[in-house]
Amino acid sequence: MSEKLVIIGNGMAPGRMLEHLLEKAPDRYQVTIFNAEPRVNYDRIMLSPVLSGEKAYEEIIIHGDGWYIKHGITLYKGHRIVAIDRAAKTVTSDHGVTESYDKLVIATGSVPFIIPVPGNNLPGVLTYRDLDDVRAMMLAAQSRAKAVVIGGGLLGLEAAAGLNAQGMDVTVLHVMPTLMERQLDPAAGYLLQRAVEERGIKVITKANTQAITGNGKVEQVELADGTVIPATLVVMAVGIRPNAALAKEAGIAVNRGIVVDAGMRSNDPDIYALGECAEVGGMVYGLVAPLYEMARVAAAQLAGDEAAAFVHSDTPTKLKVTGIDLFSLGDFADGEDRQEIVLRDAAAGVYKRLVLKDDRIIGTVLYGETADGAWFNDLKKKQTDISAMRETLIFGQSYQGGAPLDPMAAVAALPDDAEICGCNGVCKGKITGAIRGAGLTSLDAVRAHTKASASCGSCTGLVEKLMVLTIGDKYNPAAVQPMCACTSLGHDEVRRLIKAKRLKTIPAVMQELEWKTSCGCAKCRPALNYYLVCDWPDEYADDYQSRFINERVHANIQKDGTYSVVPRMWGGVTSAGELRAIADVVDKFEIPMVKVTGGQRIDMLGIRKEDLPAVWADLGRAGFVSGHAYAKGLRTVKTCVGSDWCRFGTQDSTGLGIRIEKFMWGSWTPAKVKMAVSGCPRNCAEATCKDVGVICVDSGYEIHFAGAAGLDIKGTEVLGLVKTEDEALEHIVALVQMYREQARYLERIYKWAKRVGIEEVKRQIMEDGEKRCAYFDRFVLSQKFAQVDPWSERVSGKDKHEFRPMASVGFAEAAE
Amino acid sequence: MEMSWISIGALSDIPRRGARCVDTPQGKIAVFRTAEDQVYAIDDHCPHKGGPLSQGIVHGAAVTCPLHNWVISLETGWALGVDEGAVRTIPVKREGERLFLALEALSTRAA
Ligand code: SRM
Ligand SMILES: Cc1cc2nc3c(=O)[nH]c(=O)nc-3n(C[C@H](O)[C@H](O)[C@H](O)COP(=O)(O)OP(=O)(O)OC[C@H]3O[C@@H](n4cnc5c(N)ncnc54)[C@H](O)[C@@H]3O)c2cc1C
Ligand code: SF4
Ligand code: FES
Repeated sequence: MSEKLVIIGNGMAPGRMLEHLLEKAPDRYQVTIFNAEPRVNYDRIMLSPVLSGEKAYEEIIIHGDGWYIKHGITLYKGHRIVAIDRAAKTVTSDHGVTESYDKLVIATGSVPFIIPVPGNNLPGVLTYRDLDDVRAMMLAAQSRAKAVVIGGGLLGLEAAAGLNAQGMDVTVLHVMPTLMERQLDPAAGYLLQRAVEERGIKVITKANTQAITGNGKVEQVELADGTVIPATLVVMAVGIRPNAALAKEAGIAVNRGIVVDAGMRSNDPDIYALGECAEVGGMVYGLVAPLYEMARVAAAQLAGDEAAAFVHSDTPTKLKVTGIDLFSLGDFADGEDRQEIVLRDAAAGVYKRLVLKDDRIIGTVLYGETADGAWFNDLKKKQTDISAMRETLIFGQSYQGGAPLDPMAAVAALPDDAEICGCNGVCKGKITGAIRGAGLTSLDAVRAHTKASASCGSCTGLVEKLMVLTIGDKYNPAAVQPMCACTSLGHDEVRRLIKAKRLKTIPAVMQELEWKTSCGCAKCRPALNYYLVCDWPDEYADDYQSRFINERVHANIQKDGTYSVVPRMWGGVTSAGELRAIADVVDKFEIPMVKVTGGQRIDMLGIRKEDLPAVWADLGRAGFVSGHAYAKGLRTVKTCVGSDWCRFGTQDSTGLGIRIEKFMWGSWTPAKVKMAVSGCPRNCAEATCKDVGVICVDSGYEIHFAGAAGLDIKGTEVLGLVKTEDEALEHIVALVQMYREQARYLERIYKWAKRVGIEEVKRQIMEDGEKRCAYFDRFVLSQKFAQVDPWSERVSGKDKHEFRPMASVGFAEAAE
Repeated sequence: MEMSWISIGALSDIPRRGARCVDTPQGKIAVFRTAEDQVYAIDDHCPHKGGPLSQGIVHGAAVTCPLHNWVISLETGWALGVDEGAVRTIPVKREGERLFLALEALSTRAA
C-alpha cells in the first residue's frame, strides 16, 4: 500500500519536488496538495511579464490540471490549511477538509512585508506576490492614473516597469540612497536609476514613507520630509518574510523560517519544509535556484535516499525589465583585504566591477553588458586564480588569450560545466548534451528537457546561442529577427560583423556570414548595399543591381510604370527662371501632371522612362539637381521665411535650411530623412514632426529630432540648444551620421532613437564633443563620394542601358 | 509549326542580376540575366497589377516586382510564395554571345 504524502502550498518549490519524486519513486506515495491560492502551479517569476502585458497567465502555468489527473494527485485549490495535528498526523483546511498523512511537506512560501504606517490597509494598497495582486494592479491601471511603488528592489522595480507599461504614471519610493542596494553597488544603482527614469518612471530615494492617506481609499502618500505624492494605487514591495506561522503553531521549530536539516527535515521526522518558508543552514532564500536545490534534496529524501543534502551556493540576480541588463553575484562590499577591477564606458552606459580576494573573484556587478556573467560566475565557483589574466579579465572571456572573438565564439569557449541557467542550475554541457542526445530543435523542447531558460528567461539568449552552436541553422534564434530568409543573423549583428571582419563587398558578406542563398533577395541586398556604402565610403563601389528601381533610375516609379521627377528647390526657395524652366519641360515632354508636394517643391508626374535623361538634361541646364524624392537619403529641408521677412523671425531660418540641404544632400541614409527649420516657435515650417528640426529662438537654435508624421505621428525630442549656425550644422550632421552608422535599414530616426535611447543620443551629440567631431568628420568624408548629382551623371551617359529598350522586334515580322 | 528565332542583341547588353526590355507589337518583353548568366524572357507585366517586372531586383532565378514586391519565377513565370498568378514566358536561345527570342510566340499573339 502506498504511503500518504500531503503537501501544504503549491508553489514553485513543491512543484519541482514532485517532478523529481515522480521520476524517482512514481508509485510510492499517494499525493494530496492543499493550496490557498485557487489555482494550479504557475511560474511566479513570470508575473512581471504578465503585469507588463508581455505574457498571458496561461503561458506561465507550469502544471496544468491534466498533469495532476495524469499523476493521480489530488489538488485542493483555494484550501488554506489552518491546523496541523502532529499527534493524529492530520491537516485541516479552512473549508473543513481533514486529510491524514504519513509524510507532510510544508511549502507555504513567504508573505509580503507590510510597512507599519497609518493607512496601510486602505483600499488601493496592494502587495506583489501572486496572480490576484497582478490582476488587481492591471485593473487599477485601466484608470491610467498615478501609482506609487514603495520599494526599489527587484520586485518593486519590476512592478513599476509593469505598471508603467500599462500606462500608469509611476513613482518609486526607496528608503536607501540607491536602488537595489542589496544587489548593486552605488555606481550600478545610479545607472539603473537613470535607465528607470528614462522610461518615464519617477524615482525618489531616501524616501521615508510616513503615511498613506485618503478618504475611504488611497489618495496620497506622505513622506517624512513633508513631500506629498498623489496616488490611486500603492504597491508595497519592501520585502518578504518566510510564512512559518502555521508550523510554529503546530510546535515545529521555527527561527526566521521553519528550521530544517540538510535533508530538509524539520524537528518532526515526518515533516519536511522547503521553499521560501524553510531555513536551512541558518539561511532563508528568496530566489528559485536554491529552492530548486531544496526540491531536489527533499524528493531524494522522500524517495529513500538519506544521503541527499542541501548545498549552499550564491545565485546571480537579474532584473527582468526589458531593456535593462544587470547581473550581480556574491559579495561586493569594499574591504581592506579586497581589490577591485572596474570598467566604465560612460557613453555606452556600461559599468563592470569585479571584487577580488586572494586573486579570486568573490563578487561581480555588471550593468549594461552582462554577457560575461556566466563566465565570471564560473570563475568564482571554481575559485580560479585569475592573476595571469588580471589585465584583461574585466573585458570578458572573449579577450582572453589573443584576438577578440565574436559573441558566438565566446559562448563556444565556455567550459561544459559553466552555469548557463542560474534559476535551475543548468550547465552548458547538460544543455548541449540534451540538444544532441534528444535531437532537440526548439527552445521549448530544450526548456522541457533541461529546464534551462524555463524560469526567469534571462538566459534565453545564451541558450539560443548554444542551440545554434550545437545544431547550426536548424535552429533559428527567435530573439533576433533575422534580416530575411537568406540568413539567421539580425541587422545589428550583420552591421557589427561587417565592421569587425572588415567585409567590403556584398559577396564577401554573403560568403563570410554564410548566407543561405547564392545572391540574396530583394530584402537583404539593398540593406547590405547601404551598410557597405556607409561603413566604407571611400572603398565600396555601390552595387547598382541591389538598389530599388527608384534609386537606380533616380526617379519615382508610378503605378502605370511611368516616373515622377522632383528637382531640388533648396529650402523651398525658387525663382522665375526655375519656374520657367519647369514650365518648358512640362510642355516639351507633355508631362500630364504638375503638383506642389508636401515638401515645398514641385513634382512632375507621368514621365516615360525613356524620356528621363532628356528631362534631366533640360532641368540641369536651368541649374536643377535631383531632389532625391526617391532615396533613402536626405529628402527635403522645409523652411519658413524667417528673420529676412517675417516680423517674428529670430534667425535666418531660410538660410540655415538651405545651408543644411546643400551640405547634406546626396548622402545615403538607412531610411529617408526629412528636416525643417522654423524661424521662431510659431513653427511655420512644422519642424517638430520631422526627423530633424530646428526652432530658431532669440538665444540661438533649438535642435529637435526623432519626430514622425507619416505612418506614425510623433512630436520631436529636443536634442539641445546651440548658439550659432555653425554649431547647429555641426550637431545636426553628427546626429545624422550617428544614425547612419547605427540604424537598421529602413528604420527612421524616431525608431532608431527609441531603440538606443534619447538620452544616449543626447549624451553622444551634445555632451561628448570628441564623439561629435568624429561623427562630423566621418560624414564629411562620405560626402566626398556621395555628393554627385545623379541626374547629370546619367545625362552624360551613365547607365544608359536603363533608359533604352534592348531591341525593337516583331513589328516587321508580324506584319509579314 | 516552324520555330524561328529572332536576334535581340548580345548577352553583355544586359547587366548581371538585371534586365532589359524588348519592344514588340504586343508590348514589352523583359529579358533577364542572372548572376550565373542564365537568360530568361517573360512579359514585362506583373500578374498582380501590371508592374514592370524588368525594373525589379533580380535574385537567383526570380525577380521581385518593384510595385508591391511579388516574387516571380523567371523559369516558370509563376508567382512564388503565397501570391497566385503567372506571366507568359518566352523561349530564349543563346548562341555564343548572341541572344534570340522565339518569334512564333510573338507572332501568334500578334495575329
Ligand atoms: C509627392 C509627395 C506627396 C505630395 O504630392 O505632396 C509624396 C509622395 C510619396 N510618398 Fe510621401 N510624399 C510626400 C510627402 C510626404 C510627407 C510630408 C513631408 O515630407 O513633409 C510625409 C510625412 C512625413 C514623413 O515622412 O514622416 C510622407 C510620408 C510618406 C510615407 C510614410 C513614411 C513613414 O516612415 O511613416 C511613405 C511610405 C514609405 O516611405 O515607405 C511615403 C511614400 C511616398 C511615395 C514615395 C510612395 C511610393 O513609394 O511610391 C510617394 C511617391 C510619389 C511620387 O512618385 O512622387 N510618404 N510623404 C510628397 C513629396 C515630398 C517631397 O517633396 O519630397
Ligand atoms: C513578482 C515576482 C518576481 C520574482 N522574480 C524572481 C526572479 O526573477 N528570480 C527568482 O529566482 N525568483 C523570483 N521570485 C521569487 C520566486 O518566485 C519565489 O522564490 C518562489 O516562487 C517561491 O516558491 P515557494 O514554493 O517557496 O513559494 P510560493 O511560490 O510563494 O508558493 C507558496 C504557496 O503556498 C500557498 N500557501 C501559503 N500558506 C498556505 C496554507 N496555510 N495552506 C495552503 N496553501 C498555502 C500560497 O498561496 C502559495 O501559492 C519572484 C517573485 C515574485 C513575486
Ligand atoms: S499619401 Fe503618399 S503614398 Fe499615399 S497615395 Fe498619397 S502620395 Fe501615395
Ligand atoms: S504589380 Fe507587381 S507586385 Fe503589384
